[in-house]
Order: sequence, then C-alpha cells, then structure tokens
Amino acid sequence: MKYELDVTAESCPMTYIKTRLQLDKLKSGDILEVLVNPGEPLKSIPDSAQEAGYKILEIIPKGEKHLIIIQK
Amino acid sequence: MEKSTKKKDKLCIICFSGDFDKALAAFTIATGAAASNKEVVLFFTFWGLNIIRKNPNRSFKGTDLPTRVFNFLMGGFNCLPLSRFNFCGASPKLMTGIMRKKHIATLTELIESAKLLKIKFIACEMAMNVLDIKKEDLIDEVEAIVGIPTFLEHAKDSITLFI
Repeated sequence: MKYELDVTAESCPMTYIKTRLQLDKLKSGDILEVLVNPGEPLKSIPDSAQEAGYKILEIIPKGEKHLIIIQK
Repeated sequence: MEKSTKKKDKLCIICFSGDFDKALAAFTIATGAAASNKEVVLFFTFWGLNIIRKNPNRSFKGTDLPTRVFNFLMGGFNCLPLSRFNFCGASPKLMTGIMRKKHIATLTELIESAKLLKIKFIACEMAMNVLDIKKEDLIDEVEAIVGIPTFLEHAKDSITLFI
C-alpha cells in the first residue's frame, strides 16, 4: 500500500512527529512518500528512517521541495 | 549483562518547571527525540507536575491549609505561566495563538504527540507527597510514581536534561 504525506507546512518538531507516526502505521512492503522542504528535514528524515530500519528508495526533487520515498 | 549495540539512544528530561515556555521546550525536545528513534523518559517533579494534572484549572486540594493554598495558586495545565511577561496569564494564550497561526506545534499538540510516540511519563513520589497529589490526580499516561533510584536507573546511559 502507498501513503502520501506533505510536511512542508510544518516546522520542527512536527515535521518529524508526523512522519514518524505515519511510518509507524506502515506494514512490511508499504511505501510512504513524504514531501519535505529543503534543509534539515531533507537530511534528518531519511537518516532517522534508515536508522529505524526503513529503506529509502528514492529522493525526487520537486522544485524547491523534495519527495522522499520510504519503504518498510 | 552484556549491552546490546543496537539499543536505542535514550533521553531523560527532568521536568521541574511549571512554566509554560519551559514545558514547551521540554516537550519539543522530547517529541523531536522520540520521532528520531530515541527512547524518551519524562520525569515530572515539583512545579512540573502541574503540566500533567488531570484537572487543568485551580482547586483547593490538600489535607492542610498551606497545601490547599499552594495547589490553588499553582492550578493545572490552563494556569501554566510564561516565565517572563506573563501578564496575569494572558501571554500563554497569546503565544499559543501566534504558534497556531505560524503552523508551529502548540503545547497541547506536543503533549498529545508525546502520548502517541509512547514517551514514558513518570512522576516524583516525594514531590507528590509534599503537594498532596495522588496518582489519580495525574493524567492516565503517567505509568509510575517513582523515587530517585528508579529515576537514576532510567537516566543511566542516557542524555539527561533538567528543565
């Protein structure tokens, strides 16, 4: 199953909280596409997802923003 | 016992202050850390207990007059003062309004997030005795009333902050 999340209107720490809570809902094989702003979220979201055992499939630039594709 | 290398990093925060802005700082760090794979424990003591009282307003609770006056003066969540420029309680409401407008998480949202992120809430037995606060006076997420040895056990191998 594929889920989408846009955290570009959020700021720290809600950016990370919303991503984490959505990641926690994924079942094995599920995909989450998170749209983030450049800067810290773009670095920290993939880092902490990988640390928690998720796979980063791709990071796609969308103008100034980026779409991070994460799989459980 | 051998330590597992895969053990999560841990953060303990001693929530001593009942100031609105300091509670905001504690919960911002706590939820940010929990969302970044850290195990987080919040230890509430003295004025910090006001953040997690079930009754958010003022009440004359206690067995003797000084305690009743203390509890009335402190109140619960709705009475947390800003550490500077409190203006009789107007400022926390004003600040919450500004934060909402700027899409910044409010203290209420951060506390709700902390519960969802399974942050551990524990409370100080001694401070609760002093202030005549019982476990049932605190929100249900408080999982234990503990003394210093238990807190130290949590704080072992952990980053510990005092706020």
